[in-house]
Parts: sequence; structure tokens; C-alpha cells
Amino acid sequence: MEVSKSTAQELLVEEGKAAAEASIQFIVIRLGEEQYGIDIRNIDNIVKMQSITRIPKMPDFLKGVINMRGEVIPVISIRRKMDLEDDVITKLTRIIVVKLEQEGNVGFLVDEVKEVVALSANEIEKITYNAKEEKSSLINAVGKHNGELISLFDLNTISLEGN
Amino acid sequence: MDVNQYLEIFLDETKEHLQNLNTQILELESDPEGEDTVNEIFRAAHSLKGMAGTMGYKRMQNLTHDMENVFSEVRNGNIKVQPKLIDVLFQCLDALEEYTDNIQNNADEGTNDNEALIKQLNDILNGEKGASSPKEEAAPAPASSEPVGGEKWNDITLDESQISVIREAQNQGKKVYGLNVVVQENCILKAARAFLVFKAVEEMAEIIVSMPSAQDVEDEKFDRDFTLILLSDAEIDRIITAAESVSEIEKAFGAPILLEDNESYRKIEASEKAEAEEKEKEKELPAETAAAAEAHAEPAAAPAQTAPAKQDVKKASKPVVNRTVRVDIEKLDSLMNLVSELIIAKNSLVSVSSQEQTNTNSAFNEQIEYLEQVTTNLHESVMKVRMVPIESVVNKFPRMIRDLSKKLDKKLELYMTGEETELDRTVVDEIGDPLMHLLRNSADHGIESAELRAERGKPSVGSIFLDAYQDGNNVVIEVRDDGNGIDTDAVRDKAIERGSITPEQAANMTEKEIINLLFLPSFSTAKKVTDVSGRGVGLDVVRSKIESLSGEVEVKSKLGEGSTWTIRLPLTLAIIQALMVVVGDEKYAISLGSIQTLEDIQPTDVKLVQNKEVIHLRGQVIPLIRLNEVLDVESKKAADENLIVVIVKKGDKMAGLVIDELIGQQEIVIKSLGKYIKQCKFISGATILGDGEIALILDANALI
Repeated sequence: MEVSKSTAQELLVEEGKAAAEASIQFIVIRLGEEQYGIDIRNIDNIVKMQSITRIPKMPDFLKGVINMRGEVIPVISIRRKMDLEDDVITKLTRIIVVKLEQEGNVGFLVDEVKEVVALSANEIEKITYNAKEEKSSLINAVGKHNGELISLFDLNTISLEGN
Repeated sequence: MDVNQYLEIFLDETKEHLQNLNTQILELESDPEGEDTVNEIFRAAHSLKGMAGTMGYKRMQNLTHDMENVFSEVRNGNIKVQPKLIDVLFQCLDALEEYTDNIQNNADEGTNDNEALIKQLNDILNGEKGASSPKEEAAPAPASSEPVGGEKWNDITLDESQISVIREAQNQGKKVYGLNVVVQENCILKAARAFLVFKAVEEMAEIIVSMPSAQDVEDEKFDRDFTLILLSDAEIDRIITAAESVSEIEKAFGAPILLEDNESYRKIEASEKAEAEEKEKEKELPAETAAAAEAHAEPAAAPAQTAPAKQDVKKASKPVVNRTVRVDIEKLDSLMNLVSELIIAKNSLVSVSSQEQTNTNSAFNEQIEYLEQVTTNLHESVMKVRMVPIESVVNKFPRMIRDLSKKLDKKLELYMTGEETELDRTVVDEIGDPLMHLLRNSADHGIESAELRAERGKPSVGSIFLDAYQDGNNVVIEVRDDGNGIDTDAVRDKAIERGSITPEQAANMTEKEIINLLFLPSFSTAKKVTDVSGRGVGLDVVRSKIESLSGEVEVKSKLGEGSTWTIRLPLTLAIIQALMVVVGDEKYAISLGSIQTLEDIQPTDVKLVQNKEVIHLRGQVIPLIRLNEVLDVESKKAADENLIVVIVKKGDKMAGLVIDELIGQQEIVIKSLGKYIKQCKFISGATILGDGEIALILDANALI
């Protein structure tokens, strides 16, 4: 049922050898065709798709709540939050449970969890937006890895008021 | 050992003593002659001083010391109780509370010497009594006048090395004392008290022998007293005072032991020889009296005669032992969580067994039923453990009303009933502030000025009532006053002025709706801002606090006659009995507490009133709420099918919730939806079902 940290750690071991000491590790996830990274230090757990209980009168990006080991955790669709098409649930769909500073544990729906990469500071480029580009503010940096670009999430900016 | 480990006890007890002092001084104010009250006050102040001294809080000790002096003079009849004295005493209590808060927050009493207060206290002392200082005389006096615990040190058996230590010390000119210390009967942590006594005594004396042994004393293996033999340069009175200054020590009694008496020496030698023959190493320490000397001729018999006699007397007067333990609230919380988990596990067993009905045997079902019974009882027991009387919260209100009375220059009297009503500990902790707001509100806005009261023919003293009682699964707390009541016109004008409502809206509002405007944030009808209330924060905070505790607050008011604020709180918070229902393809839980009845209604019985669906039920018109519309799901039922309606009640309002299907009654564990989901109005939480899925809990109160 849970892929949890152990799988993440297996992935880690493969990649870890290449990782430099001062680097930050990111879980790379897929949404549609694009790849995104989530700082591994924020991640509490990765669970497979399970039944989500809808909560009425909530913004559409709030999918509902799941039961993770007796704890009720809200699940958010990043796709909806970024105004992409609605999620299509497949075998690869995962819920990444992230510990947010203010709100506690929150789950994020992603299409697929791909790998763990370690990015050193010079591979990460911070980006700044002007205030109008509200939907893009989820991403606060871009990482370069093996010639590909990975958008890095700053999930702490996700809140209900934002929408 | 280190005094820090007693810090928590110290704080607990200090607060208890302070509360006690508050109550007693209030009583003293109304009855300045009450001898019992004065004694009680004196005792509490004395304990406080001792505790503060032992813990090394010098400033606190100084202040309590001076307070004690005043009380001592009051007790002796040298000072009369006057309003000024009471005021100063209350200020002292506030200062002590400040010390306590500082100690709790920073483990330090702070640097405020409160010299002004101490000076005031001394002025009172000197003004009434001339220059003579009553210092300390009160403390040892009762000790020596009371019957003593007996010269038990004469029963202590000494070994040779101890004898020689005593002899040597005496040769050096030190004094040998016996000290018997008796702890109070209801003392909870005897070992801690004893340790503090040891510590206090060791500052000026060397402890040679202790009976029972120091180890046993530390392990609390003693009844009510213990006896020490000490070597010291100091006077015995000082040692006694030090020992008695420890809290919960009933008395200490001490006297010099005279070993250098020649006769005694011979007795020792004689008994030494006798016991050597019996190959006994221990022997009795003889006393200086003839009777005791004789006793030592028959070492075993004589002490056995006197000691048990004393014991019997003590046993007879001993009340039933207080069988309580202090438990950290966190431990109870984790116990409660475990019970919740157990109930979830039990629910899943139930759901598994009901799914496999074909091949389960009856024995299995019986056991499941038994398990259900046990878990329900377990839950109830744990709930009961967590219940505490609201007394701890409401006790501080009489003092508050007294202060308000002075500050507002209104005569106020607070009448409280039902202080013993019990609520969950977490609720009790939270309920203090809202109640305080309501009381302040009554004192400030409710009760009229003296002139107006006289004009209206009301008694000059304004009455505020605080009544608590249990009502089914709820606890009701009412704050009532005989003041002005709520002026709905003033509220309406104010609301229009503030732009909260338009004049057109106002014209259509019922009185009740107008009163509810008071609960809007930043709404205050007080014409001028006072210290007490009227800053525009208050009633909205009260309501949100009560609602966060799953309770509700209501107001009834009659202009010119007074108003009543009713707070209704659920007894339990974590686990409730609920009705499980299906709407569309989703499951929801509705708290059984708010459900009145279940009805089967034919579609033709649904009528339209003002374009809203209602049903007629036993003489009442009840509005219908179609849950599938509220919850944005599609009903599975056809329009011509009978409706299943859950009749819910909030106060005197009723509503019928239309559902698709009934599942049944179930004990559910309430889980929070988490901080992330904040603004869901009619969902009060979630629960985990037997199959691991989550069902939402509908808040019927929010739907009505």
C-alpha cells in the first residue's frame, strides 16, 4: 500500500553515490509531460492512490481527504492548482505527503514518481516572478540535471486563500 | 537530589494556596470576625512562605513573611480587618501571582521587590500596634503549645560507631538534639517533604541517625513522622523553625539529648555489656528520665509498650486515606488516543464480520458484541478520568467581580451554583476566557449605574449569576444578570452606523437576529471604551471559542430586566455516538446528540411555504433541507419515492435533513480535518470507518 520512505531510499542509494555532499536531494515527479522536483526533506511519505473522500464546497484543487495511518490528510491536485487539466488516475498515480510549515501534513497528487536526484547549489537557479503571475508562484527555482530542466516546487506557498 | 525536581509541585501548590488565599480573604472581607478564616489564611500564608524559602525564592519569601506578620496580628486581635487592609492583601496576592508566573515561565521569580507593598504591610503593622515587632513569634508558638509527637529519639537504636560520633562531638562542645517531624495527614508526597526537611536541617546541623533510615524515608517507607538525631552548634528552636517552614509539615518537636550525664553513661555501658552477651550489636539509647532508664533494663518490652499505644491513638484519628494520583494530562491524552484507535479497530472487526455473514458462527458474533461492550465501557471510564469540576476555573471569578465592582464603582454580587459540574479537562481549560468575557460584559454593560437602579426600583446591589448544570449529554453554563438587558434599538442603530446592515435589512430583522449582531467581530455598544470591556473584541471571540469546542452560545434578554447568556457544551469531544447515513454515494455521520427522530415522509406531504419545502409533523412546521443539494451530490432516489428525513434540533429550532439511506448507529472517533482545511461550515470533522475509509461528520447545528 505504501511506497513510503524505503523505496525512496532505494532510489536514493542508486543515485546517492553520485550525490555531492553539499547538494540537495529532490524527488522528481511527472505531471503530464513535464518534470518537477520536490525537496526530499519536506516529504513525509509517498503513498499509492487510494480512495479520496470528497469535501463539499471546497475549491476544485482540493480533492478531499485520505486516511494515512489514522491521520486525516487533505489531498491537493497540483494540476488543478496550476490550472492544468484534471488528474487522470492511473497505476502510476501517487500521493506525496509533504509536511508544510504552517498547515501540517498535506498530500499532493502526482502522475508518477520517477527518481531522486541530487542537485548542487550551482545547478539550482532561483527565479523571481512579478506578483501577477499567481499560478506560477508554486515554482521558486529551476534545477538542471543531465541536460534536462526540472522545475522545483515551493509547496509552502500552497494555501487555500491563494485560490 | 535537587530542588528543581520539586518545581512542579511547588508551582501546583503555590497556585492552590494562592487560590485558597483569594477565596479566604474574600470571605474575610464579608466577615471580618471569622476566626476560622483568619486561621486558614494564616496557615496558607505560612506554607507559602516556607515553600518559597525552601525553593530559594527570597523575594517571594519576604513578601509572604510580611503578610504572615499581618495575619498573625489579625489573629491575635491586635489589628482589625479593614477595607484598606483587604485591598493591600489582594495586591500582595497579585504580586505573588506575578512571582509564580515568572517562576513558571523562566524558573526565576523576577526582580520586582514589591517594596511599596511591603512598606504598606509594615505601615499597617506599625500603625495598629506601635513599634513592637511580632517577627516569627507566631511560627514556633503554636508548635510548642500543641501536644508534641513524643521524644521518639529515645527509641532509636544506635550502633557503637554512632555512639562514639556523638560522644566525640559532645567533647568538642557541640550539642546533640533529637528531632521528631510529623507530616500532615493528607500530604501527598511525603518523601519530597522529608527531603526538604532534611535539606533545611542539614544547613545548620549534621544528621547522625534517622529513623526510619534516610533511604526508607526517601522511598516513602514511613507512616507520618520520622525522627532524627542531630549534631549542631545552632539552637534547637532554629532547627525546629526551619523544619516547620517546609510545606505540609504538621509539626516538629525537638529537645537536647544529654549524653554527658554520668548516670546515662553508666546505663549505656551497662546495656552495652548486656547486649554484647546476647551478641547484639544494637542497643537502646537511654533517656535522661528515670522511667526511660527503667525501660532500658528490659530493652524490648518498654518501648514496645509506649510506642504501640501512641500508634493506636494515631490510627484511630486517621481519616480514610485519600486514594488519588496526580497524572500528567498528556498521559491521559495518549490513553484517550489509544482508546480511539481501539474503537476504530473494533469497528473494522464489526464491518468484517458483517460482510462475511454467511460463514461466521454465533460464538464469534457474541465475542464481537462483548468486545463492543468493553470498548464502550473503557471509553466511558477514560472519559470520566479526564473530567474535572469547573470549580478550578470559576473560583477566580468572585475575586474578579470584587475588583470590577471597585473599578466600575457599581455594587456587584456574584452568585455561583454548580461549581462541581464536571467537564472534559481540555474544555475546562478553554472555557475560562469566554466566561470571563461574559461576566465582564454583564458587569460593565449589563448592570446599570446605582442611580438608574434606584430609579427603576431595583436593589442597589446588582446581581450576576453563574449557574452550571448537566443536561443530558451536554453541560450548560448560564451567565445571568438583573441589569439593563440588551437594547435592541441601540444595537440596530449601531449596526447601521457601522455599515454591518442596511436600514432596509434592519427593518425586517427580528429581535433575535438583532441580538445575534452582537456576535459580529468588532461590535461593541458601550458608548465609551472602558478598561473592562468595550474594545470591540469579546463576544465574537466568545462565540468562536465556544464553537471550536463544539458548543453553542445563546442570549435571551429583556430590556430593563436583564439578560441570560447560555453556553451549551458537549460532555465529550473525541468519541461520539453517531448515525451513519448515505447521501448520493457518500457516507456521512450525524451526531446522535442533535437528532430528534427519524421520519418516513411521502413526497405528497411536502408543502411549500414561502417557496421553501416544509413538512407538517405532530403540529409543527419543520423546514426540509435536502442534503444532496447542500453537499452537491446527486441523489440516488427517484422523486416519487418516500423521503427518509432525519429531524434535528438546535435550541428550539428544528429541521428535517433529507437523506438517501440509513446505515445505522455507530460509535465514531472524531478526527480533525487538519489545519489546512479551515472554512468548511457544516462539516465538523471526519471519522475513519471500519474499512479504513473516511466519512465526514455533518454539523447539524450549522445546517439549521
